[in-house]
Amino acid sequence: MTARERIAGNVAGYVDDRTGAAKWMKKNLTKVFPDHWSFLLGEICLYSFIILLLSGTFLTFWFDPSMREVEYEGSYEPLKGLSMSAAYASTLHISFEVRGGLLMRQIHHWAALIFMVGIVVHLLRVYFTGAFRKPREFNWIIGVGLLTLGIVEGFLGYSLPDDLLSGTGIRIAEAIIQAIPVVGSYLAYFAFGGAFPGEAFIPRIYVVHVLLLPGIFLALITVHLMLVWYQKHTQFPGPGRTEKNVVGYPLMPVYMAKAGGFFFIVFGVTAFLGAVASINPIWLYGPYTPGQISAGSQPDWYMGWLDGLVRMAPPIETHAFGYTISWNILIPGLILPGIMFTLLALYPFIESWMTGDKREHHLLDRPRNAPNRTALGAMALTFTLVCLLNGGNDIIAQQFHLTINQMMWFSRIGVIVLPPIAFIITKRLCLSLQRADRELVLHGRETGRLVRMPNGEFTEIHEPISPEKAWVLTSHEQLAPLELPEHDDAGVRRPKALKNRLRNRFSRAHAVAVPKATETERRELEGHH
Amino acid sequence: MSDSRDIELIKDPGLPEHVHRSTDIDPKAAKRAERQIAILFALSCIGTLLLIYSYIFISDETFIFIPVLGETNAHQFGLGMGMAIALFCIGAGAIHWAKTLMPDEEVIAQRHEFRSPDEDRAEFVKTVKEGAAGAGLGRRPLIKRTLGAALGLSGLTPLLLLRDLGPLPKDELTKTSWKAGTRLVTDPGDRPIRPEDLEVGAVAQTLPEIPAGEHRKLSDIGKDAVLLIRLRPDEFNLDAERFSWTHEGIIAFSKICSHMGCAVALYEQQTKHLLCPCHQSTFDVTRAAKVIFGPAARPLPQLALTVDDEGYLVAQAPFTEPVGPSFWERDS
Repeated sequence: MTARERIAGNVAGYVDDRTGAAKWMKKNLTKVFPDHWSFLLGEICLYSFIILLLSGTFLTFWFDPSMREVEYEGSYEPLKGLSMSAAYASTLHISFEVRGGLLMRQIHHWAALIFMVGIVVHLLRVYFTGAFRKPREFNWIIGVGLLTLGIVEGFLGYSLPDDLLSGTGIRIAEAIIQAIPVVGSYLAYFAFGGAFPGEAFIPRIYVVHVLLLPGIFLALITVHLMLVWYQKHTQFPGPGRTEKNVVGYPLMPVYMAKAGGFFFIVFGVTAFLGAVASINPIWLYGPYTPGQISAGSQPDWYMGWLDGLVRMAPPIETHAFGYTISWNILIPGLILPGIMFTLLALYPFIESWMTGDKREHHLLDRPRNAPNRTALGAMALTFTLVCLLNGGNDIIAQQFHLTINQMMWFSRIGVIVLPPIAFIITKRLCLSLQRADRELVLHGRETGRLVRMPNGEFTEIHEPISPEKAWVLTSHEQLAPLELPEHDDAGVRRPKALKNRLRNRFSRAHAVAVPKATETERRELEGHH
Repeated sequence: MSDSRDIELIKDPGLPEHVHRSTDIDPKAAKRAERQIAILFALSCIGTLLLIYSYIFISDETFIFIPVLGETNAHQFGLGMGMAIALFCIGAGAIHWAKTLMPDEEVIAQRHEFRSPDEDRAEFVKTVKEGAAGAGLGRRPLIKRTLGAALGLSGLTPLLLLRDLGPLPKDELTKTSWKAGTRLVTDPGDRPIRPEDLEVGAVAQTLPEIPAGEHRKLSDIGKDAVLLIRLRPDEFNLDAERFSWTHEGIIAFSKICSHMGCAVALYEQQTKHLLCPCHQSTFDVTRAAKVIFGPAARPLPQLALTVDDEGYLVAQAPFTEPVGPSFWERDS
């Protein structure tokens, strides 16, 4: 035993004497993680969150979260002598006088965008592969919570500098609060400490942005990861992979090196973006004043779809009995997003209700093998994308020489018409892909080699695919529809007939599939050749 | 689906045999990989040195030309690139190490069922029931009810304590600083305006005059901002009352959008339309800012204008309706 080994042993022994950690560590250091590029998406979120904590802490050392009016005396000439809030002035100070300050600001903003992109793409991966199914519903809900809080956190973050663009965003948020029936104007006055913009808002959202929400994030992310750890990661179907096992690499040393290395890669890429790609140049916007605005005002992308919804809302307000309800704000600003996030959070339960499938799933679905789910996802995505497009309708209209009216009407109609079309096309595509899989298993792959038969006929040679590939293409389950009885044995309608009929319909839609190829069929075909 | 008993499914061929990497069998390849990893870590060191050099020796007024980026601040660029190289290369080195030199044989681990055995479940239910029975909540409704009342009431405390977050709105949302006779002054500049200062087709951003030396609050600007537009009087398409609110073709509207309170700042001279850049609500100036497009449900409130004895533009009267976005108590 070398001296170094002895010291390491002593240290480990010292810790284990006091915690009994060795038993747990022994088991978990060799924990197996399956390998797939799409499993890195969640890691990107985690790492950008750490980058956000680091760069954000740096920024707090100089940022002054106050709306106290000061006269700017810093080094940026065009704004010299202007009166502005201390928040804006200190953001200018970070950008121009603190060495590395601008870099850190840009890293922080880029990391926030990567965090949100990461969450959304990770969510899509989990959704389209069915990873949310039992037993992972809790983690799905936590994930939707993180997405929702991420949107709020991002909005508060880019509102803090109190520049003309972000102040406009806060003004819109205030109008949404104010539009809430009965209590809206009270809530707005409480939130802003009086009339908009007042002097209370920036310090308040600062505490929410740097303390309250990050705390909740940390707690949720911890539970999220603990559950992933405890429940073990899902894996894609493949040879040797079953519902009962995990095939992959052990944490120590491979995954530690890979995951640790990936953190540095994400940080490095974010730093690169911060170095070369200017983002949120607040000095160009000027300080916020409610009487001014910059043309082409845009929120960050993860708020864009909400803004797009607000933009396309028809101008409807109800005035009755001396009171006003602004449907043009309430529906796109609160009601629709509320419905969308609720449906998203409840989807695992909705799907298991539709299919009647209450079993545990650890093998992922290939999206084509769950056509209904994939099509529903494409439908929701299309809805959101049309909204997002409309959120940039002024920019798009300008770039592509369209009128705002054309963009707006495209969105108003498209948001209703395009999602169902996306549903139908996606479902058909999935079924076609299933059919192609079936072809491939039964007839083999096309080699591109043409052979002329003695009788003059040309045929292409098909080669059988490998047993591994054949297994991947056929290992999925094809569930039969539920077919719940609507009538009992005596022919009387059961009490829940309507609900059952609905459920049957959904279940049937979910079970639509091209029958997968079997060994029996393959053998029969061979017999023919 | 047909009966599955007589159909044979395609079988799982099992985990494919492990294929060794060149670094596993060829010591030369392993040595080469080791060198590559070391080079990546060395590159990272160079990155940090570049960062240190840029921090200390490059002034933040130095600009250099970088292809694609153009004229770039050398200080910022050096700091950022140094950091990016330093971090990225650590990561690339670690991953290259894991992929080439660390074991790459796939391991199979078994999953355990999450469901607890039935006896554990039964035991758990029993424990809960016994606990509940021991507390005797079911048998003592008085305790249950008073406890419920106490917990419910204590929940009001945070709500009550948050009350002082802000004052009540009272009638503040419905009132602005404009009164009969208030002069319109330019923003910025605070100069009073005569009708002849505005040419036909011109636009001016104005605020109500305040006593010299007094400070203008942002919350006032958020309600008081007014846009002046001068047209030829015959271009208007207004009823008699609204026309009497204009002065020599000058018409005044609240600049705060009736939709969500953004500043309605874009005026198109050709069409005489006002456009809000936030959500593209479009208002027709000739028809008292009627909404002709977009999500706004109400016209911009019009301010009645006239001139005072000295010939400066003043408000005839306060706004006749609340300005800005809608709220519950708004009564029109």
